[in-house]
Order: sequence, then structure tokens, then C-alpha cells
Amino acid sequence: MTSELHERSALELSRALQEREISSVELTTALLQRIRARDDALNSVITVTEEQALKEAQAADALLARGEAGPLTGVPLLHKDIFCTQGVRTSCASRMLDNFIPPYDATVVSKLRAAGTVSLGKTNMDEFAMGSSNETSYYGPCHNPWDLDRVPGGSSGGSAAAVAAGFAPLATGTDTGGSIRQPAALCGITGLKPTYGRVSRLGIIAFASSLDQAGPMTRSVADAALMLNAMCGVDAGDSTSADVPTPNFLDALSGDIQGLRIGIPKQYFSADLNPRVATQIHQALGELTARGALLVDIDLPHTHQGIATYYVIAPAEASANLSRFDGVRFGYRCDNPQDLTDLYQRSRSEGFGEEVQRRILVGTYALSAGFYDAYFKKAQQVRRIISNDFKQAFESCDVIAGPAAPGVAFKIGDKTSDPLAMYMEDVYTLSVNLAGLPGMSIPAGQVDGLPIGLQLIGRPFDEATLLRVGHLFQESTDWHLQRPALGASQ
Amino acid sequence: MSVSRSDVTQIAQLARLTIADEALDDVTDRFSRILTLVDQLQQVPTEGVEPMSNPHDMTQRLRSDEVTEVNQREALQTVAPEVEQGYFLVPRVID
Repeated sequence: MTSELHERSALELSRALQEREISSVELTTALLQRIRARDDALNSVITVTEEQALKEAQAADALLARGEAGPLTGVPLLHKDIFCTQGVRTSCASRMLDNFIPPYDATVVSKLRAAGTVSLGKTNMDEFAMGSSNETSYYGPCHNPWDLDRVPGGSSGGSAAAVAAGFAPLATGTDTGGSIRQPAALCGITGLKPTYGRVSRLGIIAFASSLDQAGPMTRSVADAALMLNAMCGVDAGDSTSADVPTPNFLDALSGDIQGLRIGIPKQYFSADLNPRVATQIHQALGELTARGALLVDIDLPHTHQGIATYYVIAPAEASANLSRFDGVRFGYRCDNPQDLTDLYQRSRSEGFGEEVQRRILVGTYALSAGFYDAYFKKAQQVRRIISNDFKQAFESCDVIAGPAAPGVAFKIGDKTSDPLAMYMEDVYTLSVNLAGLPGMSIPAGQVDGLPIGLQLIGRPFDEATLLRVGHLFQESTDWHLQRPALGASQ
Repeated sequence: MSVSRSDVTQIAQLARLTIADEALDDVTDRFSRILTLVDQLQQVPTEGVEPMSNPHDMTQRLRSDEVTEVNQREALQTVAPEVEQGYFLVPRVID
């Protein structure tokens, strides 16, 4: 193995650590140095936890020396700044939580720590995960490592950019309507949103509780399987976490796709899709048919109404979840409040950014007396229809494939003045959250030197099939090995 | 469907947000456009369809009614803007 440390996959690094070819302290030091040297250009990391990372790396090296290490022991990662980390500021990229140091860890954080990973810090994101470009962050936009004038996607834009730039082989993300898959597509990495309930939501700052799900963001499907193994499982602290068996996802990587039926929804190749992205997606599907998969036409007739459904349900749940930010128990408090109402109103208006306030307003409206039936209840009914569309589609196919996003990364500032144009970014991803299904984006081509993502959607709790298909694709292509110039070794 | 400036002000009041006068036109315009988008819902016939609040139609798991949490008042109040003697402080409500 001669490649630079920052280019290696987590599985390769794991092997090197186990064989004592490198130490976790060496690896951690090298990546921290890379972040320090290069993140000024990207703004992908909000908080670097250097001291703590080196301590964790030393502890990992001790375990490795004693032969008590697991596959993730000593492997560095970054956490999206939506995951509560005890003693480390967790801002959700909002002024509201700029001063928030959680007294506890998210379950995902403690599980990954227990698995021996070394946390390098917290990544940039859209404020409260509301956005598709990372431009709503209180800490400024994150830049796409493939073209610094472009967005990395969002909301997990910092995690996607950091993994693509070689700051860490692994990062956590969350996905409410596409926030893992769309930035993974735009930054040329692998991003997996597990089935709703697969991963505990405890300690993840809530956006829309019936849609939110955490997942791995990595440079390969095999690494996503490795990381998902450590993240998932039922949690007494999250009553919506699913009490289902958790397979070893690395086992899913072997096996062929002979006769596997891949459903192609015609609605995912409509006029919204950049035709050059469409061409690349068709070529990628050709790779899969060459390995024995069969393409089947399927119908997801309410794909477009999914946007309307999502933009009622997500803001409604957000308006309820974000009512906890009142300037009393944690977070931002305005100066010199005149009375209690003034305290609430000014703390919230000064603490939340524009997009967050917009969604709170829409959600409050959809839940208010007189509009509840017309909006919220109606959206929940259409949600079931969309879920049923997927169920019906899965009667004639085993996995669904299409683009993860309608185009490539767009220029910073291009869509900020038009919220509706931004919302269209998630047209192919948000129905998957409405139906609670697993979805994954893998690098599948380039348009003008910018990466595009192939999205795979599975049956509930069938992440294994997505991983198997994705891994096979990565065995026969090298799109996932392409690196942005910023990530080059010189 | 579109909303008026006063509708928006009323909703903001419910959400405990304040919208600056100079921003009200913009906020109202974008709000109306989002409502136009979500009005596409009305195209879908939904008579007799059970609303879906959880994607797996899961019901709430129950646990036995036992004390499992320890008192963490001090740890939890380390992040509070203002506390005194273990209480959260707010502006005077009753004179």
C-alpha cells in the first residue's frame, strides 16, 4: 500500500493499524494537519477537537498494542454538528446553539466511540439541517472541493466535503429529505440513509422526527457497511428505534446480482433532470445489467407531489421540535428582555436564521386551527399513498435506481433567493424519507468534472441489498476513487 | 393560496417570532409561493386514506414505570442562560 494516508479507505487504514504499520496517533496527527492546512478554503469543519482526538488516538493505540482492537479502533472520523457531543460545542450551525455544550453524547457518538473511532471534530451543515446547499449555516457556506465556487450540497455538506477532501475517511450525516444522499452525490462520495428506525435518534438535534435518520458518509460502499455496523441497533432512549435484528453489513458485500430486478421509475427521468446526468445514470445502470441485473420499468406516480407533502410534514414537525428553543433552558438568549414574551420572541428571532424561521412559520400555519385538515392531515394521507406506491413498485423489483439529485453542484448564491428552486434539489430523495426506506448515493460519473450520484432505494431494513449492488458497482468502476484536485497529495 | 401581511404577522405571533417591518413583504411573498407549492396536495384524492404519522406504522413502545434517570440538575443547568439556586431565571411574570 503506497497511497497517502488521507486517500486510504477506512478498511485499508484498519488493516494498517491492526498490522501496526501505522499508529492511530500518526494517522490522527496527519489528518488534523491536513484539516488545518486546507480547510480555510472549504470551511467544512466548524470545530476541530485536536486535544481530545490525540487522547482518543493514544487510547486506541494502547488497545491495538494489547490486541484488543476492533475493526474501527483508531480510525478517525468527523461528526456532523447536529450530533450532541459531551463537552464539545454542538451548534447545529445556528447562532441559537453557538454556545451550546451538550451534557451528554448522542447514541451514535457513544456507539462509534465505543467502537474505537477517533473524533477529529464537528462538520459544517445547513442551519438545523434545513437546506440543500450548506448556505444557511451561521458559520458561512461550505465550499465544494471539486470547485470552490460551488456548493457541496446539504444539509450534511461539511461532512461530504470533508470526506471528499481527505480530511477523514468517515463522517456521520443525517438525512431528513436527502441531506446525506444529495451532498454525497455532489461531492462524489458514498452516503447511506438507513431505514427509518435503524439508527437511534437520541442526541441528534431534532428537525422532523418522523423523517430524520442518521447514516454513514464514506469514500466507499464497503466503508459504509463497516461504519453502519457500529451505528445501528435498537436504543431504549429512542422509542422509534426499531427492534429488528442487525446483520453484519460487511457480509452483504459478497454475492452477485444475477437476476436482481432493478426498478427504474420513469418519474425520476423527467424534465427536471439534467440530460447529461441522465446519460451518466443510464451508463451506470449498464454496468449493473452487465453483471446480470435486470431493469424493470416502475411507476412512482406521486413523486412530484412528494415535494408538497414533505414541505408540509417536515416544517410542521420542525415547528413543534424547535419550540424548545425559547431562551430559557439552553441556547441563545436576547439581551435585556422586557418581559417573558419579549424574551421568547427576540431570542428566537435573533437566534434562528431566515430559512429556519420560514419553515417554522410554514409549519405553524399547517398545524394551526382551521388549516390542520387541509394541510397537515392531507399531507399525512398523501404520505401513505406515496408509501403504498413504493410497496407496489417493490412487488415487481428488488431495488430501485435513479439519480440522487437533478443536476451537479450549483454555484454558491445561485438558489438562495428562491426557496422553491432549492427545494427541488431533493425531488428524488425526499419521498424515500416519507416512506421510511433506505437509500444510498454512490459516485456514478461526472459532468464537466463534477461528480454525480446514482441513488439506490431498498425495501424497509434491506440496506444489505443496496450495499451489495453498490459494492459490486465499485468493484467494476473507479468513480469512487476519483479525487478533487484539492484532495491530491502534492 | 396566498396569505396577507397580517396573516403572516399573526402566524409569527403564534410561533413566537418577530418579523421586522422591512422584511414583511419578502416573507409574505415567499410564504405565499410555498403555499402555492404545497397546494399541489389538493390534486391527490385522499378520501378514506388513513393518515400516516410513522413510516412503519409503529406504535409507541412502552416501558415499565420505574425510575431510571438520576438527578442531573447541575449538569443540565450548565448550559442555561441564567439560573439561581437551581431554578431557571426569566423576567418577572407576576409583580
